Amino acid sequence: MDKMPKWADVILTPLISLVLAMAISALVILAIGESPVMAMKTMVEGALGSSYGWGFTLYYATNFIFTGLAVMVAYHASLFNIGGEGQAAMGGLGVALVLLYLPLPHWAIALPVAMIGAAAFGAAWAFIPAYLQAKRGSHIVITTIMFNFIAAAALNYVLVNKLRPVGSMDPASARFPEATHIPALTDLAAGLGMTWGKNTPVNITFLVAIAACALVWLLIWRTKLGYEIRVLGKSEPGAVYAGISPVKITVIAMLISGGLAGLMAINNVMGESERLVLNAVEGAGFIGIAVALMGRNHPFGILLAALLFGFLYQGGGELALWTSIPRELIVVIQALVILFTGALDNMVRMPLERLFLSMRRTKGGAK
Amino acid sequence: MTVENDMMGGRSATTAPAAIELRGISKAFGPVQANRNINLSVPKGSIHGIIGENGAGKSTLMSILYGFYKPDSGQVLVNGQPITIADSQTAIRAGIGMVFQHFKLVQNFTVLENIILGVEDGALLRPSLSKARGVLKKLAAEYQLNVDPDEVIENLSVGHQQRVEILKALYRQADILILDEPTGVLTPAEADHLFRILEGLRDEGKTIILITHKLREIMDITDNVSVMRRGEMVASVKTSETSPEHLAELMVGRKVLLNVEKTPAAPAAPVLEVRNLTMTDDEGVQRLRGIDLDIRAGEILGIAGVSGNGQTMLLEILGGYPPKGSKLGGEIRMNGQPLPIGGRGCDAAQRRRAGIGHIPEDRQVEGLIMDFAAWENVAFGWQDAPEFTKGMLMDNAAIKADAEAKMERFDVRPRNPNLAARNFSGGNQQKIVVAREIERNPDLLLIGQPTRGVDIGAIEFIHKQIVALRDAGKAILLVSVELDEILALSDRIAVMFDGRIMGERLPENTTTGELGLLMAGVTDTEHTPDDAGIPPGSAHVDTLPQEPV
Amino acid sequence: MKIKDSLIALIVLGICLIWAFVDGSAAEQGIGSALRLMTPLLLACLAGLYSERAGVFDIGLEGKMLMAAFTAASVAYLTDSAWLGLLAGIGGSLALSLVHGLASITFRGNQLIAGVAINFLASGLTVLVGQNAFGLGGRTPALTGAGRFQPINLPFAETLRDVPVIGPIYSGLISGNTILVYVALLMVPVTWWVLFRTRFGLRLRAVGENPASVDTAGVSVTRLRYAAVAICGILCGIAGAYLATGLSAGFVKEMTAGRGFIALAALIFAKWRPWQALFATFLFGLLEAIANLYPNLDLGFITIPSMFMNALPYILTVIILAGFVGRAIPPRAGGEPYVKER
Repeated sequence: MDKMPKWADVILTPLISLVLAMAISALVILAIGESPVMAMKTMVEGALGSSYGWGFTLYYATNFIFTGLAVMVAYHASLFNIGGEGQAAMGGLGVALVLLYLPLPHWAIALPVAMIGAAAFGAAWAFIPAYLQAKRGSHIVITTIMFNFIAAAALNYVLVNKLRPVGSMDPASARFPEATHIPALTDLAAGLGMTWGKNTPVNITFLVAIAACALVWLLIWRTKLGYEIRVLGKSEPGAVYAGISPVKITVIAMLISGGLAGLMAINNVMGESERLVLNAVEGAGFIGIAVALMGRNHPFGILLAALLFGFLYQGGGELALWTSIPRELIVVIQALVILFTGALDNMVRMPLERLFLSMRRTKGGAK
Repeated sequence: MTVENDMMGGRSATTAPAAIELRGISKAFGPVQANRNINLSVPKGSIHGIIGENGAGKSTLMSILYGFYKPDSGQVLVNGQPITIADSQTAIRAGIGMVFQHFKLVQNFTVLENIILGVEDGALLRPSLSKARGVLKKLAAEYQLNVDPDEVIENLSVGHQQRVEILKALYRQADILILDEPTGVLTPAEADHLFRILEGLRDEGKTIILITHKLREIMDITDNVSVMRRGEMVASVKTSETSPEHLAELMVGRKVLLNVEKTPAAPAAPVLEVRNLTMTDDEGVQRLRGIDLDIRAGEILGIAGVSGNGQTMLLEILGGYPPKGSKLGGEIRMNGQPLPIGGRGCDAAQRRRAGIGHIPEDRQVEGLIMDFAAWENVAFGWQDAPEFTKGMLMDNAAIKADAEAKMERFDVRPRNPNLAARNFSGGNQQKIVVAREIERNPDLLLIGQPTRGVDIGAIEFIHKQIVALRDAGKAILLVSVELDEILALSDRIAVMFDGRIMGERLPENTTTGELGLLMAGVTDTEHTPDDAGIPPGSAHVDTLPQEPV
Repeated sequence: MKIKDSLIALIVLGICLIWAFVDGSAAEQGIGSALRLMTPLLLACLAGLYSERAGVFDIGLEGKMLMAAFTAASVAYLTDSAWLGLLAGIGGSLALSLVHGLASITFRGNQLIAGVAINFLASGLTVLVGQNAFGLGGRTPALTGAGRFQPINLPFAETLRDVPVIGPIYSGLISGNTILVYVALLMVPVTWWVLFRTRFGLRLRAVGENPASVDTAGVSVTRLRYAAVAICGILCGIAGAYLATGLSAGFVKEMTAGRGFIALAALIFAKWRPWQALFATFLFGLLEAIANLYPNLDLGFITIPSMFMNALPYILTVIILAGFVGRAIPPRAGGEPYVKER
């Protein structure tokens, strides 16, 4: 028998991890002489208290959904893809090249084409580590870390030496054509006669992200490919016995993972900055790790965790604005969430398991 | 041997205390009672066998002796002194040495480095190494335990690695040596050498505990034997006063009826033809040296042999997935059509399309995904099957329905398709695999170790299913290290040794003794017409010499 | 040592000689700079070597170094003592090592994820606490005088300065560095000796290859791994302290700038061996120095942008990992928490 019910494993362990992370963060805030209650209030008001706050929260959450899904798909094949950062950066390059060099008359055409560009570049950046892992056994964690740095250097080079408009000092590309600008959610709301989220970057990519969650769920738990990915993730000899090629599935899983990370660029590059800037990803690739771990590698969990981190991100910005707490508090919370859900999960789970065992025993005795 | 006088728990009038005495040892893992009220007395200077089925609790008991587990209750006495063995260090100090089934050696260290690990003299290595070199030389001479002290472990054969383990124990001045299933990985020649070493050690006054599930070893070498069954010690007897039949009965708790009821086979056309199959592994060692086999529809061909003589590779190659980096040669035909051997287009899915089912040797690593629910495991390997899919999607409802029906027909308990595979007992796990593969109605079924770690009830059920498939006119290749199982099920028996088929026999015309010789690589000259005259694979039932044995 | 093993050393030597031949004075300056840039890499690389040889993979070197740089700079500023700063650096790094040990040894968690968490923890905490303490946006105030490690002039450095060949090498390169540079260099033979000539080293290597062998020999796997992780923390602490109080004058947000990962790359490059670690980190230091001196390196037929030089350590590591140039096989038990089998 399992030691504790599934719902407890799925809901209680991440929640307790979150509570632990928050408690320690509160201690840190106390230690630097601020009030955790005030901090929390500021964050909630700033991130959720107005449609303006929500606009940013949802914008950040959109990024994290994509990078979280990217980590998740690889994880189900038991691959730890730390390369979301580089893959998302490369996705940005894909978006920029498509939008700058293809004549796209309308955003409704530009969006799918840019999505293909973003996913293709992200997937391509994941391909080499995937291939090396599958064929040569090179540890994918190390190679994807290396590829993050290589991506940063390559983008730096491309932006400074190739895409930078003549006369500009800024290491950034030219602005994308007006026709390719995708609607922000505030525009949609205005179309419906509502005022919502004025001057916020959240755009229709958020809806794409929700759709991505549903599609990834379908992929992993309802398709044959998903079955094969999960088999490989659980047992490589098992996969071979079942006639599943580990090389093929490893590469496919990483291509999907890299493609999802790349898709993030639709949100930040196409939807928000409308040009490619240096360091556009801003760590969202790494937050994807926390989001996937917190969301228990399930799309619905990832959606919730991404919203949570969107809230933290926006709330953290507000904190930095109104208090003396720098926004790096969020990085600390992120670190603690990764630590408790990903590395110290046994510390959280073992007492819970013991609790449920003893509960079952007393129940059994009463019967 | 004088020791035989004072055996049986020191209750006899001799004065020497037993080397090991256990009093009322119990140990539970959660709800599982691994050891229950165990009493055992091992006289000094004897070889004591402990025998029992898989999961009878032998290894747990020995782990308690070596300080890996703390017993829930009971007392351990070493040389008459009560002792609490809290960790391995205590066990070593008490003079207990252990040779594990899976060696605990550092592969890229030299023999010397492995020997001194944990018992170095002082913080610097140099003096420890030179001292160990001297001691090793002495031990090697004394007990025929020759190994090159400067060789790196990964370059040694399994038999030599085991010698290093024994040397490790002796270097730690062990007086009591426990060996856990030591012959499982050895060739018969290596096993014989090991037994000579053990006898030498006993004659020097060391006490040896031999854990095994092989009756032959017990009869060959032990002075006394204790039998374990379901966590209990059911008997301790002098080896000279018992028989293999008696021990087998004690092990399983009733008379074993290993004779499966079956009618004579009616072999029809050949289904699988294997010609001159060769395989060289990624390290350049030839593991299969020209295998020839024919299996006809409606017959069971049993392959007997000590594990590690190429059976696993044969199954994997026939199953479509040769070991990584291996080089292959030869021909395989299925229903007259050639099958690819390795390379592109050769995988397990291709074999399934060709009508080959496969019950793999290790169900926990290959046959099932232990974290998947039972119903998901029913589609395992058959995830491409049209009735399980709807386009790119899996038809989960159909798979679940099929799983429920299979669990009903094969009496899998508990009958809950949503339960993860790891939560079923070994026998029920195996029933899921057997149901999945047999109900596909394959032309050829590959079976590896069908009843390893499976309880008696399930064994009988699984054996019946296999025979039923044969009676339905299918071909079956059965690989098992359990000779009794081979004898009970097979219509023909081929014996494998060192990557070769040593010969074929009919079960009714052979004995375990004869098969044992073949398994040991001894080609008996009396039977030359069989082995030399006709290539083994082409020996059909009607042409097989039927000499009395 | 086989030719293949000394390949990195030969490459490094080749680059230095060509450089010295083309432009002697720039080479002296550049190689000296490479030596200083190498120091934190070497220390972090050896830190990782202890940890990974014991079977605990550590991608948290970056975070440990960053934390050490911060605590070292803060304490050095507050006490005006580089030595107390060094101690604080070691303390800061050790604290994170303890977290790493708890997660990956005691609670048998995922070592890699623990490393990721440690990197972010350091990245966040340093700015959070730094901003609170000094209000400079995450920086510490600039260190002066005794708050920094000062260059040491070795004996006869002045007298030998004008001797050809030896002069530039001894007086220009070897002399005039801070004590931590010499400590780092000294750690190479020390590490080699500890690993291959002592009981501790034997057990450490064994626990990274097959912890069960150590366990059944009656030696505590947990204690050994904690010891290795602690040594890793100490060396990362020295590395971070050198960054903040030797190489620069104070802590700056994210000042490690990926050095922990370059050290990790060097460790793979060196195939987890101390002498090779020296050559690998020196090679990477050299690449950084060249990129600094020549933002666009004009080789006549091709101009190499500095970005390429910066990315080169990572590219080389991927090539090594791919196994095209000598396979890098990590310690066999690396990455796996030890669970006693039944």
